[in-house]
Amino acid sequence: MNTLIVVGVILVLVVLFVITMYNSLVRLRNQVDNAWSQIDVQLKRRHDLIPNLVETAKGYMQHERGTFEAITNARSQAMNAKSVSESSQAEGSLGDALSNFMLVVENYPDLKANQNFLSVQEELASTENKISFSRQSYNDQVLFFNNKIQVFPSNVIAGMFSFGKRDFFEIKTAAEREVPKVDFSTDKQEKTE
Amino acid sequence: MWELIRVNKRNSVILMVLMTLVLLVLGYFIGVVFFGPNGGVFGLLIASGIAVILMLISLSSGDQILLAASKAKRVTHDIHPQLFNVVEEMRIASSLPVMPKIYIINDPAPNAFATGRSPQSASVAVTAGLLGRLNRDELQGVIAHEISHILHRDILFVTVAGIMLGSIVLLSQVFLRGMFFSSMTGSQRRYSAGGRGGGGQAQLVMLIIAIAVAILAPIMAYLLYFALSRRREYLADAGAARLTRYPDGLASALEKISNDPSPQLSSVNKVTAPMYIVNPLKKKGQRKLSNLTSTHPPISERISILRNMSGGAGFKDYSASYQKSTGSKRTVVPASAFTQDKIEQRQASIGAKRQEKVERQLHQVGDIMRKVNGFLFLTCVCGLKLKVPPNYKKDKIKCPRCKRILDIKNPQG
Repeated sequence: MNTLIVVGVILVLVVLFVITMYNSLVRLRNQVDNAWSQIDVQLKRRHDLIPNLVETAKGYMQHERGTFEAITNARSQAMNAKSVSESSQAEGSLGDALSNFMLVVENYPDLKANQNFLSVQEELASTENKISFSRQSYNDQVLFFNNKIQVFPSNVIAGMFSFGKRDFFEIKTAAEREVPKVDFSTDKQEKTE
Repeated sequence: MWELIRVNKRNSVILMVLMTLVLLVLGYFIGVVFFGPNGGVFGLLIASGIAVILMLISLSSGDQILLAASKAKRVTHDIHPQLFNVVEEMRIASSLPVMPKIYIINDPAPNAFATGRSPQSASVAVTAGLLGRLNRDELQGVIAHEISHILHRDILFVTVAGIMLGSIVLLSQVFLRGMFFSSMTGSQRRYSAGGRGGGGQAQLVMLIIAIAVAILAPIMAYLLYFALSRRREYLADAGAARLTRYPDGLASALEKISNDPSPQLSSVNKVTAPMYIVNPLKKKGQRKLSNLTSTHPPISERISILRNMSGGAGFKDYSASYQKSTGSKRTVVPASAFTQDKIEQRQASIGAKRQEKVERQLHQVGDIMRKVNGFLFLTCVCGLKLKVPPNYKKDKIKCPRCKRILDIKNPQG
């Protein structure tokens, strides 16, 4: 009778342990997925900002048609991208086009004094930061998750319910590694620093 | 990260228990002195009643009380887009579930704090002086420090511990003053009236113990509180470096804050001081505060740790730099929070190097405070910017430069 109770208690404890472990793994996996969707949210934000940016700057920059075209083309490519690799490439070239645009802006002091443009610029700079921080946060979450499913005892549960390792977000080329720098500086001397 | 939070939670619980014990011991002895040998239980009950009530208040609305006490005003994206964006960036980097509420304190002294019950209901407050003096990277460092406090569950600790400490101080003050006045009026015979001879002597011993406890209890509570809050500052600095991947930003922000000549923050006291990023209580000519009684680690030490992180931005790099800078063997970050991966630092954003003229930035801060306080901003056709106070009741206003009549209700018209 007594042994039966002991066995029963142990069994209940084991089941409870498995349940909590499973739940924490699911929570971590959801955090990874959530962090991944954050990246998409920020990329979409960037797409939404561009028409506004072009609209504000167009009047001041009559002679920079090529720059605007590069941006709008890269944007539509990024928005229509089907596969993940296609999308990351298009986002990379959109970033390049934007940083190029910000360099050109330096030649237009009138534009840089424009209150509307300044606020669009702040939003754009912040969005670029948010994109890189959301990628960073995704990698952090992947690191926690991967650690968790590799260490004992959670690896047993992960194996039982087939939780697979996730891949880190990696930017392929060195040029893409740098998130385009949106430049706030007013004078050019400092930029050479 | 989770290990760090667990250790922090455990420390918070230990501190609460110790502080509650101090409060109960204090209550017991006060009870014995006022109500005779059997009054100890009564004192105990009163003290625990006070503790429970204060705990409930601080849990339910402690953050609101603190924000109101520091005269903080809630702001939205429209009022200060940069501050809002920087907070959102750090929210994303730290994967906080919801956006913290953002407040601005109208004070020229640069400082910042975070408060709240949980990451779900947290608030970040910065002073106008801070916004006026820091560039984007530095502001990001400060916000990252505050977000780390939220992430590490320090905000609840500071609120609850601060209120416990407050009640211990209050109780002992009331008791000591009560003793002082009753001895002045010569009514202390009342306390020993119950017993004669030996009984009176025991009563006297109790009285002396009670006075000693009443003097020592607040000191002990302060020491407990300060010891834990100092460590948390280091941890939040480490967290900020990790979130921004750029420890130099916070380092240079701390330099600017510590070298700032503005007068001490006006709405602050000894209990709320540990909340702030830098100790807001300035002491003239006393740079080296004694280590036991300071709420914050020496700022020069914090800066040198951040500056010497040698390329990495992880907890491991911070801990190594801490040991190098202080020469101590102690690890400031629990080793279980280290991750194997190398976390690299990023470069400064180019724009951040440009420093706007301080006067110009302060001028902008003035505008921000007017916006917070409900001023209406109009730009006249002649280019003059009008700032209309909220108590201006008429529909139209005359531009003082070009004498045009402007419509307030419909600024574009």
